[in-house]
Amino acid sequence: MDDERAKFAELEKLIADHKDQPGALMPVLQGAQAIFGCVSEDVQKVIAEGLGVTLAEVYGVATFYAQFSLHPKGKYLVNVCLGTACYVKGSQSILDKLCKLLNVPVGGTTPDGLFTVEATRCLGACGLAPVMMINGRVYGRLTPDAVPAIIDEYRNGAGENA
Amino acid sequence: MENMITLTIDGIEVQVPQGSTVLEAARQAGIRIPTLCYLKDINEIGACRMCVVDSGARSLQAACVLPASQGMKVKTNTPQIREFRKHMLELILSTHEKKCLSCIRSKNCELQALCKELGVEDEDRYAGEKIKYTIDDLSPSIVRDNNKCVLCRRCVAVCSKIQNVGVIGPVNRGFKTAIESPWEMHLSEMSCINCGQCIVNCPVGALYEKDDTKKVWDLLKDPNKHVVVQPAPAVRAALGEEFGLPMGTSVTGKMATALKRLGFDKVFDTDFGADLTIMEEANELVERITNGGVLPMITSCSPGWIKYCETYHPDFLPNVSSCKSPHEMLGAMVKTYYAEKAGIDPKDIAVVSVMPCTAKKFEAARPELGHNGLADVDVVITTRELARMIKEANIEFTALPDGDFDSLMGESTGAAVIFGATGGVMEAALRTAYETITGKVLENVEFHDVRGIKGIKEAEVDIGGTKVCVAVASGTGNATKLLEMAKSGEKNYTFIEVMACPGGCVNGGGQPIVSAQTKMDVDVRVERAKALYGEDRAKALRKSHENSEIKQIYEDYLTKPGSHLAHELLHTHYQKREKYSR
Repeated sequence: MDDERAKFAELEKLIADHKDQPGALMPVLQGAQAIFGCVSEDVQKVIAEGLGVTLAEVYGVATFYAQFSLHPKGKYLVNVCLGTACYVKGSQSILDKLCKLLNVPVGGTTPDGLFTVEATRCLGACGLAPVMMINGRVYGRLTPDAVPAIIDEYRNGAGENA
Repeated sequence: MENMITLTIDGIEVQVPQGSTVLEAARQAGIRIPTLCYLKDINEIGACRMCVVDSGARSLQAACVLPASQGMKVKTNTPQIREFRKHMLELILSTHEKKCLSCIRSKNCELQALCKELGVEDEDRYAGEKIKYTIDDLSPSIVRDNNKCVLCRRCVAVCSKIQNVGVIGPVNRGFKTAIESPWEMHLSEMSCINCGQCIVNCPVGALYEKDDTKKVWDLLKDPNKHVVVQPAPAVRAALGEEFGLPMGTSVTGKMATALKRLGFDKVFDTDFGADLTIMEEANELVERITNGGVLPMITSCSPGWIKYCETYHPDFLPNVSSCKSPHEMLGAMVKTYYAEKAGIDPKDIAVVSVMPCTAKKFEAARPELGHNGLADVDVVITTRELARMIKEANIEFTALPDGDFDSLMGESTGAAVIFGATGGVMEAALRTAYETITGKVLENVEFHDVRGIKGIKEAEVDIGGTKVCVAVASGTGNATKLLEMAKSGEKNYTFIEVMACPGGCVNGGGQPIVSAQTKMDVDVRVERAKALYGEDRAKALRKSHENSEIKQIYEDYLTKPGSHLAHELLHTHYQKREKYSR
């Protein structure tokens, strides 16, 4: 709770720093995303009040840009590359496998808060296609069958140190 | 003298002030350029590309945002332009739900008109994926159907820029873009003030009033119900438009006849309620002035304004007059005074109000606006809904003879009829307050300083040697500006009139819808107000307190303005509201 209060105090300071600047909404939303990990309804209401803009405007910007997340993301962010090279090498089937395995839609987070599955554009590792990335670590030359073992590593807490 | 520039459009030379757009210049030259998202002074964003022209630039330019420049040569009508516009239109059609036959805007739809005008041959040329949106009909006033939305953003612009409310906006991106309230909230969960300005500025059938005509038909066929109807002042200034009459035609007599032919048992006039409002409100103003009450006093007739004040300016609630709005007052009188006179049980009476307003639907449902467990007003329909009922009943409106309102609460003065235009309530109140305070006859009843369509108007009125500062705002965005001036102490007003809709009720959210193209040339607010001021001038009596039926109601029933009974029946209270109800 105290942690939450500290985050909101930080948000208030961020708003105060940008208030009355033209185009303040973007940097404040970016800052809020960094503080909270997402821009939730409560956070957006505070931003709207603080900057004197409508919630409709805040929500409009937050849903327009892919960089903002409305809901908290999982501890592990699983990004599957759908860039051209990965796609022709079958990355869609990797993504499908992940969604089925974790029982979430693309962009969704597992109820235990561990995994968020997302599709991404080219990660620049085309030589390893198809590729996915978990919290910055790249897994290349994947097949759908290889996916469960990798996910299990993270489930068991081993993946982070691997 | 402004700096003028000269340009050539389709070979016609035209001179316009610097800063004009090519669209405006073309209009001046008598050249019509099609538009869809454009709304004069409100939404000029070049989004729909209907108005593209060839200015010699690399690609076609949107005329609504293209500044006219000296020596510019513009073509508005080439095969390339015509083809381009048609393609854009066909792409818009690809996601539009084309249920035109049953659409509320059929024959008054800007998209439909463009298809005809630009020669669209196949509305399904780009048939493809569509998103099925749920219709939001939980608001008592406004229905939003995104399946028909063309993303022009006119509603968004008027809601945020003119009304300073901003409860809807574009969400998501690309194909998934939609006009929504944030966080998937319904309009009724937001601080929407129900003004309906989004509706009258929507080019298509994506926004419309919550239709209550079925409720009225049901009441009319119920033999156990005594159904009383009352139309607001502004309705008579616009109803004719629905039947092809020119804007600004007053149809009071035809409207009274039509209401009788529809089968209402009594046809009273909200104008009577307006006179009654003035009696109470002028009395309240005089009392506040003489007894050191809270000033400035602010009018309370506009339910959009009331909800706006409750939500956005609750600190001003003690300033708002406690008077109910005219149709609520009349409703309260129908279920007490009239019920008693006619010997009818109030439970068997239904009051239907015909209003230029969608916010009145919300107002009528307020639990505090009733007496003995009965609502003052049972159903509110808008001007548009009344027109639909008249059409459904096959009544040839334009051929109707003039009729009269029923007596007891059918008489009205010129002061009442001008309620429908911004500044009208102020002027009506001044006519009565002047005579109440000074005891002298007011010779010149016209207060021209408070007339006209300026968003904020101020006047200094001499009442028996005392200078009284008054102000009038229309459009809630202007109301905020005016209240800020009052709050800062910059201005010291005694009396303020606020109407939620720009121009007042004549331009209300329940009025006939006028296309954006027409609004480029004609100011709806001015034309309709003319009809009301004309009626005022033609009236023998122009001050509310001279109305003989008003005199009678105080003699027989209410005793005097501000009496205990008047307070019980004709006054109300307000409450602070949160911006989001969840």
